[in-house]
Amino acid sequence: MIRAYLTYPIQFIFLVVLQGVVLNNVQFSSYINPYLYILFILWLPVETPKWLLLLLAFTLGISVDVFSNTLGMHTSATLFLAFCRPFILQLFAPRDGYEPNQKPCIKDFSFAWFIAYASILTVLHHLFLFYLEVFRFSDFFSTFGRAISSSFFSLILIVISQLFFYNAEEKR
Amino acid sequence: MRNLIRFINTYSFFFLFLFFEVIAFYLLLSNNHFQQAAFLNATNSVTAGLQEDYSSLTDYLNLKEVNQNLSRENSRLRSTLQNSFQKLYGPNYLINDTLYKRQYLYTEAKVINNSTNKQNNYLTLNVGSLNGIQKGMGVLAPNGIAGVVKQVSKHYAAVVSLLHSNAKVSVKLKNSSYFGSMQWDGKHYQEGLLKDIPNHVELQVGDTILTSGYSATFPADIAVATILSFEKIPGENFYEIKVKFLTDFKNLSFVHVVKNIRKTEQEELEDKAEEEHD
Repeated sequence: MIRAYLTYPIQFIFLVVLQGVVLNNVQFSSYINPYLYILFILWLPVETPKWLLLLLAFTLGISVDVFSNTLGMHTSATLFLAFCRPFILQLFAPRDGYEPNQKPCIKDFSFAWFIAYASILTVLHHLFLFYLEVFRFSDFFSTFGRAISSSFFSLILIVISQLFFYNAEEKR
Repeated sequence: MRNLIRFINTYSFFFLFLFFEVIAFYLLLSNNHFQQAAFLNATNSVTAGLQEDYSSLTDYLNLKEVNQNLSRENSRLRSTLQNSFQKLYGPNYLINDTLYKRQYLYTEAKVINNSTNKQNNYLTLNVGSLNGIQKGMGVLAPNGIAGVVKQVSKHYAAVVSLLHSNAKVSVKLKNSSYFGSMQWDGKHYQEGLLKDIPNHVELQVGDTILTSGYSATFPADIAVATILSFEKIPGENFYEIKVKFLTDFKNLSFVHVVKNIRKTEQEELEDKAEEEHD
């Protein structure tokens, strides 16, 4: 339990710095930009209180915003993600409900379950973020394409980092 | 009353979400759409320090290219040195024994934060009000232009990049001097649109586009882009022109901030002329 209190702040700082310093400068073919920091919200234990979820999303979003000079943009998108999470979790709940201390990761569930859970939330977050950034619907399809292709790359990164941590915990 | 409390209680998650979302949108609207980016400025000095360290690390990686660009720029500047001076015509020079008077001053700066992947991109420079940087000054890249200073703190300046949905630059064609405005198309970081060029002008792919110098932000006759493609649209009076920026925003590391000493004089005069007309 004490380990969890230490892991989450470290994870938080690591993801924010990684996003702000490295990933914000990464760009594939000038359209696609991965946003890995949402992994923090995706990874919180299933039973996290909802108010804490929103508070953490707000803090995470604003930290990323400060790094990328887009105050409010990532904050609102991350809040939206945190708002959607309980509903998606409910949608994918096992037949007899979640067990205590379960984390939404590949280790506790199946690979397919995690992909479905992460992809829906990532796409929702990216759509919200990209439309907010453009702030108009005139280039609807080009924005849609950018959001979808970016979510694809974010998802790949999310799965990779997931496998990475999965193996690390396995060896321990 | 009890019903109301019960109602709020059942939907407390939604209301909390709404509450935070309102804060986020307030921040978004007050910082990204209006000019008073006070909060952005305060936080900038926190993160800018870290970004400066990071950029000093990455500077080594493109040192060769930067050196090449700098020496090319030096030779170009040396050959056009008179460009930064304004000629005073007529009897003035009888009173004033200098023929030329300085109009533009340049301050060198390092880009410590940059982005090309958003719809509204900003640069952060390592110079600020202590270096004499003010709001509204132009920023020149080694080849072409980079943007306009938007916010200044003591040690840093935030620059609206040319890759910003609201950034417009007054430009002209090198061959024919017809002027128009250039802006980013929001897609590729090297391509933009040139507007307001009437369709009787003869164009060629590869034609050079220069700054017009009308806006008093940039000196005139700086090459900024070349024409990629152009199209006559039936029923319209103006061309649709695609241009390629000469500035490579991806490896921008050293820039110059331009100060136009006579900017206020020019703008005051223009404002006065407009007022009198009304």
